[in-house]
Amino acid sequence: MNLHEYQAKEVFSRFGIPVPSGAVARTPAEAVASAERLGGSTWVVKAQIHAGGRGKAGGVEVCRSPDAVGEVAGRLLGKRLKTHQTGPDGLPVHAVWVEQASDIGRELYLSLVVDRARECLSFIASAEGGMEIETVAASDPEKIVTVPLPPDPGVPAYVTRILGGAFRMESPQLSALASLLSGLERCLRESDASLIEINPLIVTRGGVLLALDAKVNLDDNALGRHATLAAMDDPSQRDPAEDEAARAGLNYVALDGEIACMVNGAGLAMATMDLIQLKGGRPANFLDVGGDATAARVTEAFRIFRANPRVRSIFVNIFGGIVRCDLIAEGIIAAFKEVAPGVPVIVQLEGTRAVEGRRMFAESRLPIETASGLARAAERAVRAAGGAA
Amino acid sequence: MSVLVDRETRVICQGFTGRQGTFHCEQAIQYGTCLVGGVTPGRGGTRHLDRPVFDTVREAVRETEAQASLIFVPAAGAADAILEAADAGVRLIVCITEHIPVLDMMRVKTALRNRPETRLIGPNCPGIITPDGCKMGIMPGSIHRRGRIGIVSRSGTLTYVAVHQTTEIGLGQSTCIGIGGDPIHGIGFIDCLTLFEADPETEGIVLVGEIGGNDEEKAAAYIRDHVTKPVVAYVAGVTAPPGKRMGHAGAIISGGTGTAAEKYRAFEEAFVTVVHSPADIGQAMNDRLKRR
Repeated sequence: MNLHEYQAKEVFSRFGIPVPSGAVARTPAEAVASAERLGGSTWVVKAQIHAGGRGKAGGVEVCRSPDAVGEVAGRLLGKRLKTHQTGPDGLPVHAVWVEQASDIGRELYLSLVVDRARECLSFIASAEGGMEIETVAASDPEKIVTVPLPPDPGVPAYVTRILGGAFRMESPQLSALASLLSGLERCLRESDASLIEINPLIVTRGGVLLALDAKVNLDDNALGRHATLAAMDDPSQRDPAEDEAARAGLNYVALDGEIACMVNGAGLAMATMDLIQLKGGRPANFLDVGGDATAARVTEAFRIFRANPRVRSIFVNIFGGIVRCDLIAEGIIAAFKEVAPGVPVIVQLEGTRAVEGRRMFAESRLPIETASGLARAAERAVRAAGGAA
Repeated sequence: MSVLVDRETRVICQGFTGRQGTFHCEQAIQYGTCLVGGVTPGRGGTRHLDRPVFDTVREAVRETEAQASLIFVPAAGAADAILEAADAGVRLIVCITEHIPVLDMMRVKTALRNRPETRLIGPNCPGIITPDGCKMGIMPGSIHRRGRIGIVSRSGTLTYVAVHQTTEIGLGQSTCIGIGGDPIHGIGFIDCLTLFEADPETEGIVLVGEIGGNDEEKAAAYIRDHVTKPVVAYVAGVTAPPGKRMGHAGAIISGGTGTAAEKYRAFEEAFVTVVHSPADIGQAMNDRLKRR
């Protein structure tokens, strides 16, 4: 789960990580009131969406009067903001963050991640803040410093010295950095975050360290022990079909092809998409119906397929393991009767009681084609959608 | 021969009396697995599936001389269950549980570093099976045949596809290991390749990978330098949606690796036979063995 910047900054404050003074606003009037309450003469208004690249897309504006703050908020709120990370439809802006403009001296990059290769936490730092870290990694990899942390909680002093060196910091700033690093480390552990990124981390002209932006990814598997954080979830930032699917126990990701896939198991679901492409077609989605593909889940999957106007054929690929193919066939036939898909359906069954399952389709007299063999089934699905193969 | 488990392996189950534990232990017993008991805190002294139930893994190991433990404990307590099994001296721990928080697994792996004699498979995996000998997991026993191919995979159902094809074509399997799909997990491709290379019954190895991380690239380098047996590799996720990444820093950590294309390139450079269709795994292995 991702947090919005305003939520992440609220969490940062709890862990003593310094952030600029600001407030969240959901209407232009609220934005104006926030600017007046914050005081000062310059403010920054930032659209709150779950994607980066907001600055270049017009989602971050500097304002020199409370009226201007209201104007920008009015332009952003209720609209969709498209950045290079959002996809063509953009994401809806339901809140803006208004903060006092900071007097930026230098922009740095700092993140703390769960480092899967090293199986520990690692700080990643660069003196080249403010730009995309991937760009820095591609052009100047030597400008990125990675420091793995030992397993015990806490940030050892040497880590601060290494990162302070990477940031070319003077000694008076090192104690502020040490406290920021230990705040980040506690924040990650106590929130079960998998990534915390501050880009940019700034040093003001007055020498103060501030997290100017904040990105936090939380481990979905640990949300059960963080009720407050779980309540910060914003479903509007996700694809509604994906959300609906998740509620039905389906693992669904929308793609832009023509062949809808329904598969049991994530690995086999990915492999099925690959196979469709190999045969000259394009998958409309990734869909894992789970180990026990119940009739209810299959019905829900058919509903999602039918709502997608691009779908030209449906490819059902089931490997019956503990779950029997005949029970799955029963589910598909029931679903078919409830939600007629309106496009050709090709079913590939393999494994436990596959023969019985295929016979049930034949006897159902429904327009369901059963293929035997993974490759042949994929070819049939692609051809039915009017593609190559 | 086989790797890690055989018909002599004495197995207990943690989470024995739960729904999952009960169902899959019944299947394992039917398959012929030497399942000697189980652990459910608070149910010690009772019997389940005609086997003794213990409160702690220590007790279970003392009474049954178990060497391996199969874990079905729910995610919130699964990391603790792994640590308990390690504490009791269990040599092979197979954790089926999915959705374990990643920081919990980090803690587990840190603790296991001091116990080189303990091997962990999983979590979030189908388990391990030696056909006609020992089934520790949730895979359907019936699709397996005792035979010549070692299979190692990150995915569940995709493992079954590889098993099914090697059975159909008459090769069969020595041992199949599902190492699991979680970012931080127990034994990996390299451990399994080492075991299969040393196992006289294994004549060929099927490796099923998927996108993310760089385990496949490391496995490819290991195969080039250390594996003499034929290897067939398939990598799922060529068409996986871009933009579903975990964030900037994650991409940096992996050093730009993680795509299926790069994994395929790494395998090709290591003279591994790669298949781009999951339907071709069995045939490719058969061809490769005939050419020898």
